[in-house]
Amino acid sequence: MQLDLRTVSIRPKRQTFSHIARRLGADKPASRYQEGTLDLQVTHNFHYRPYWAPQFELFDVRRTAIQMADWYTFKDPRQFYYGTYTLARARQQETTEGAFSFVEERGLVPNLPATVRKQALAVLLPLRHLEWGANMNNDFICAYGYGTAVTQPALFHAMDRLGIAQYLTRIGLTLGSPDDLDAAKQAWLDAPAWQGLRRYVEDTFVLEDWFELFVAQNMVLDGLLYPLAYQHFDVALTQQGGTAVSMLTQFMRDWKAESDKWLDATLKTAAAESPANAAQLHAWVSKWEARALEALAPFATLALGEAGGAALNEVHSQWRGRLTKLGVAPQGAAA
Amino acid sequence: MDTKTAGRKLGLKEKYAHMTRGLGWDTTYQPKEKVFPFEQMEGIKIHDWDKWEDPFRLTMDAYWKYQAEKERKLYAIIDAFAQNNGHLNVTDARYINVLKLFLTGVSPLEYMAHRGFAHVGRQFSGVGPRVACQMQALDELRHSQTQIHAISNYNKHYNGMHDFRHMHDRVWYLSVPKSFFDDAVSAGPFEFMVAIGFSFEYVLTNLLFVPFMSGAAYNGDMGTVTFGFSAQSDEARHMTLGLEVIKFILEQDPANLPIVQKWIDKWSWRGIRVLTLVAMMMDYMLPKRVMSWKESWEIYFEQNAGALFKDLARYGITVPECVTTATKEKDHLSHQAWSTFYQYGAAAAFHTWMPSPDEMDWLSAKYPDTFDKHYRPRFEYWREQEAAGNRFYNKTLPMLCQVCQIPMLFTEPDDPTKIAYRETQYKEDKYHFCSDHCQHIFEDEPEKYVQAWLPVHQIYQGNCFPEGTDPTAPDFDPLAAVLQWYHIEFGADNLAFEGSEDEKNFAMWRGMATQNS
Repeated sequence: MQLDLRTVSIRPKRQTFSHIARRLGADKPASRYQEGTLDLQVTHNFHYRPYWAPQFELFDVRRTAIQMADWYTFKDPRQFYYGTYTLARARQQETTEGAFSFVEERGLVPNLPATVRKQALAVLLPLRHLEWGANMNNDFICAYGYGTAVTQPALFHAMDRLGIAQYLTRIGLTLGSPDDLDAAKQAWLDAPAWQGLRRYVEDTFVLEDWFELFVAQNMVLDGLLYPLAYQHFDVALTQQGGTAVSMLTQFMRDWKAESDKWLDATLKTAAAESPANAAQLHAWVSKWEARALEALAPFATLALGEAGGAALNEVHSQWRGRLTKLGVAPQGAAA
Repeated sequence: MDTKTAGRKLGLKEKYAHMTRGLGWDTTYQPKEKVFPFEQMEGIKIHDWDKWEDPFRLTMDAYWKYQAEKERKLYAIIDAFAQNNGHLNVTDARYINVLKLFLTGVSPLEYMAHRGFAHVGRQFSGVGPRVACQMQALDELRHSQTQIHAISNYNKHYNGMHDFRHMHDRVWYLSVPKSFFDDAVSAGPFEFMVAIGFSFEYVLTNLLFVPFMSGAAYNGDMGTVTFGFSAQSDEARHMTLGLEVIKFILEQDPANLPIVQKWIDKWSWRGIRVLTLVAMMMDYMLPKRVMSWKESWEIYFEQNAGALFKDLARYGITVPECVTTATKEKDHLSHQAWSTFYQYGAAAAFHTWMPSPDEMDWLSAKYPDTFDKHYRPRFEYWREQEAAGNRFYNKTLPMLCQVCQIPMLFTEPDDPTKIAYRETQYKEDKYHFCSDHCQHIFEDEPEKYVQAWLPVHQIYQGNCFPEGTDPTAPDFDPLAAVLQWYHIEFGADNLAFEGSEDEKNFAMWRGMATQNS
């Protein structure tokens, strides 16, 4: 038996907005992602050139060397608009909150081996500054990028990085004290092991091409750093009794796996557009790959000791496989 | 968190500082001027970003949690609204024209605010304000999308909003709000904050955003009013940010005062001019009125903003001169605007009509000094002409003000029988303005305002016809060509409300929903 609840049925005049229908090829029902994304950015008849960049229109395709016939070829495979984005993150933060409560209530911190605690603080805490840099860079992509299909997920990514910087801060305050945050900041500013990374991040702050920034930050640096910091280092800590720390960084692993879907789709779409795009992306990848490897070598050693070099090689080779699949194969021998 | 390893318990403020400004550092591999290249360009002096008081302390995890909760509730109601044909519960179908104006004119501004705040959220070297701006960038994306999603169901049933994005970049009256935001975003980062964060979000929001939402509440539009309620706590954050910004800039250096005062003067007037559209919406387009434009101006500007300016007087800020003009105009603004749209009803993407006798009486009561004297006779004449089958459509194009881009429809502040014209010569050309204030704004930044994409000029230059149009062809119809280029469907999106498809469909559907035959 099935209930047959009846409503007054009205035949709508149209299924969606005209600009959406043109993109779908017909007037048919559109998703909220589509209605909230497609063609949302202003494209025509800007009134004034920006004082801060008079060579460009407010939104201008010439702000990157990447060229697209249609900037809405980009799709976020997660179909995130504001509503679905916040719902997804709210679920994750609830899980993370549970992990922090569990670690705190069970008194897991005092029971951590001293070396694990010290090592976690030394490796993870300076990364909060790197995350803040990644926030700035992704906010830049949102501000100066072209087309809501790319700029929207870039802002989500920027806010995610702020969230991660704040989770790392909280890890510092859970495992240690404000003094540890200060010490980590000092290390970020002065310690030789961190200077390559800090220089890399600061150099990305002055990039003018937002797609190069996307490559340098999101594809190259994060692509190599995250597996080291949140997988290899995580395994190393767990083996020494650091499962509690692992619980507190689960957000980063889940987030990275999810976000990579968007990053990969974006790079792949840009590369598939034209040989010129593919060549440009390849040039950027090669340029930043060399710099990232150099910057990450001391970090790998700091995190993993003697095993650091091998871990970086392994991460590097997997990363090359990933980029090859996306149509941006790095050239030359793997390190 | 304060286990044996942590020495002391952190206060909220201290903890939030670790979560935000503690993350930043002074770069050394790249100079600060290259990392934040636009911070000096406007002459604003900031000596110590650490003096910034965070107006609210929201970490991202809390943001996600609260905002997701609001989204969940909002979309549940939007879904229920659509499922139950909520659109048939509005007072009458004329109300839907308010939503057309809102979706084509205001929602795209929310999107521009999103990108504008992303821009300044990258450019201030202070971490505290940068985080606050980024959160606002995210909120503004929310507002643009929730508005589109809430109004999407109306679009399925009614005309005039189906190509709102295309129209926003092109249609003549939409260049008024568009140029306003283009102006703000193309300014330097501090001016943007004064223009949008302070003037728009703080001073004018009760006159712009709120009347639309109250209008929805009064006219049975549950979908839109729910969005309004859902955005309220976001707006409260934006208002505190706007106020904090202005106080912070003024406290940093006395040399900032004249710059800020100039911006407040400029942006108050730019905002007031955009409010012309709201004034006519409140007095003419809402079947069930919330209050008159004049009352709204008195409560939200003369009283509330008056108190605000008293508060800012200690910094040396004075009430902008243009407020005197706006206060004189409060008795005229909505009537002059509506008569213009009535005349140009063939070129607008919403329907227009003359007020009913009851509504005229309401206007007489609300505007005892002006309505009967200056406007009623004209409106009654138009009503008679309409009844006789001579609905008046103005076929010529109006002259636009070079700054606010509104047709020159305003009268002299002290003489309601005379249209106000101002002009100035700049280089080879003559430029026209609706008021002293728009003229001053132009004269202060002529290189900016000569760039304005003025819809009427553009039409006359032949830039607003579909590709392949031959304006020299004997049967060339300029209005038809422009409407095609606007994507305004003749006879469906434009013209009089009486006899429109919207009117017929609403009556038919409401009949289906409430009667048995």
